[in-house]
Amino acid sequence: MKKRVFLDGLLYGIMALSLCGVIAVLGYILVYIFRQAAGSLSFGFIFRSAREGGILPMVVTTLYVVVVSIAISLPVGIGTAVFLTEYSGNSSLVRILRVAIETLAGIPSIIYGLFGLLMFCRFLGFGQSIIAGAFTLSIMILPVIIRTTEEALKSVPVSFREGSLSLGTTKSQTIFHVVLPSALGGIVTSAILAIGRVVGESAPVLLTVGLSRNIPRTVFESGRTLTIHLYYLTNEAVNPDDFGIAFATAGTLVMVVVAINTLTKILTRKFKNSQGDAS
Amino acid sequence: MNPNGQNAETRDGCAAKLDVCGLDLYYADFQALKNIDFRLARHEVAALIGPSGCGKSTFIRVLNRMNDLIPSCRVSGKVMLDGEDIYGAMDVTELRSRVGMVFQKPNPFAMSVFDNVAYGKRMRGLRDKRQLAEVVEVSLTKAALWDEVKDRLKKSALSLSGGQQQRLCIARSIAMQPEIILMDEPTSALDPIATGRIEELIGELKKDYSIIIVTHAMHQASRVSDRTAFFLLGELIEFGDTREVFTNPVDKRTEDYISGRFG
Repeated sequence: MKKRVFLDGLLYGIMALSLCGVIAVLGYILVYIFRQAAGSLSFGFIFRSAREGGILPMVVTTLYVVVVSIAISLPVGIGTAVFLTEYSGNSSLVRILRVAIETLAGIPSIIYGLFGLLMFCRFLGFGQSIIAGAFTLSIMILPVIIRTTEEALKSVPVSFREGSLSLGTTKSQTIFHVVLPSALGGIVTSAILAIGRVVGESAPVLLTVGLSRNIPRTVFESGRTLTIHLYYLTNEAVNPDDFGIAFATAGTLVMVVVAINTLTKILTRKFKNSQGDAS
Repeated sequence: MNPNGQNAETRDGCAAKLDVCGLDLYYADFQALKNIDFRLARHEVAALIGPSGCGKSTFIRVLNRMNDLIPSCRVSGKVMLDGEDIYGAMDVTELRSRVGMVFQKPNPFAMSVFDNVAYGKRMRGLRDKRQLAEVVEVSLTKAALWDEVKDRLKKSALSLSGGQQQRLCIARSIAMQPEIILMDEPTSALDPIATGRIEELIGELKKDYSIIIVTHAMHQASRVSDRTAFFLLGELIEFGDTREVFTNPVDKRTEDYISGRFG
């Protein structure tokens, strides 16, 4: 009896300690980045052009790449996941497809970069541009989106589908009006994971988007994302000031990610609320 | 609206709302329903009783073709709704809007109360806000839920209690103006008070609809139904006036089940 109670307490302790560890590491990294950046990071730094010592072009390029690649991969990924879970059944062809998708998720990103460079930049003639990079990255994040969306769809109870179908709705109505809205939370998670990967990716971006330091006017121009900029800053850093700028860029990167995720969550909540309205 | 007259008509074989004839159903190689003959009159409540796994739920899921969702399921025999074969030319969405269903566990959608009730009509193309509001009010009133939810139509349906959720599901079904409502153990997840309200409601709904209710509670069958069908191992053993079935069953097996000797 005593032993069981002790074990219970011990396990609780271990789990609480793990959580503390995670929070501590995360907190330390953030504090470290922003303390190092303190001297260089300012409003002006983020919103000035490169010539004036700012990183506005990189912020803009990063946002462009994220928005375009999500806009390409999210509809395709959700469509694929819906087909796989709702329509295709469980034939051997579908099982092979699933294995293929999982394999796709495990391929190192530099290989996607190489493919993107040859396919989109050269063969399709986009050159090094945001659109070429976005296509490359959307292929890279498709498996993530498909898998997470599939899990989200599977977690929607069968009784919802039955309830909807029993009212005389068609299958696609049931999917679009009941199943997908109920899976929205999971789908948003998949989008956030995908955004995280896009923002953090460097090798394929370097190959397909390029290095241009100008503010891109259209998606057919080259640009330099924050990660690539950070890479070059760190490589070329000689005196402590340069590191300050690198860390300021890193801090901006973190803020961009947090901003995008928060915005996504807010939009989701807005959508959910509008679903709950009678209007 | 004389229930006895209706029953007499049913026995004669005419004016049946629903007529099932020689129905067999297989899940792959397993025969789950064997040669079922079943008739339901207008404004009649039929209760289906029998031990678990006897085919009651499978049977009502034939009537709105919910079994179509199971790939290994095969059906043969005739199921006629107003003389029209539901496995023939009839569109399945059309069938399901005429034959509504209430499930064992309340399954309101993750939407507002209003949207839950309006959902079916909206999907069928009704867009007019006034008409939708009317459908919602009428349906909720018929389901004896209007007074409880009229001030929180925009609240999520999931915030309602279990009994309210089940009445909401009934309202959702009524909104489609069905002819028959199938209820698959609608009170098994509810407490006695909520159960009592649903049973009362069935008595009311009978004025407008034919109802088939699957139940495990024998007293429920005897309270709410006009006629009772006893299923055993995929066969329809006995189907007659509820009072007859409970007081003077024809078949020995029915008697054994009702008196609690098995099941």
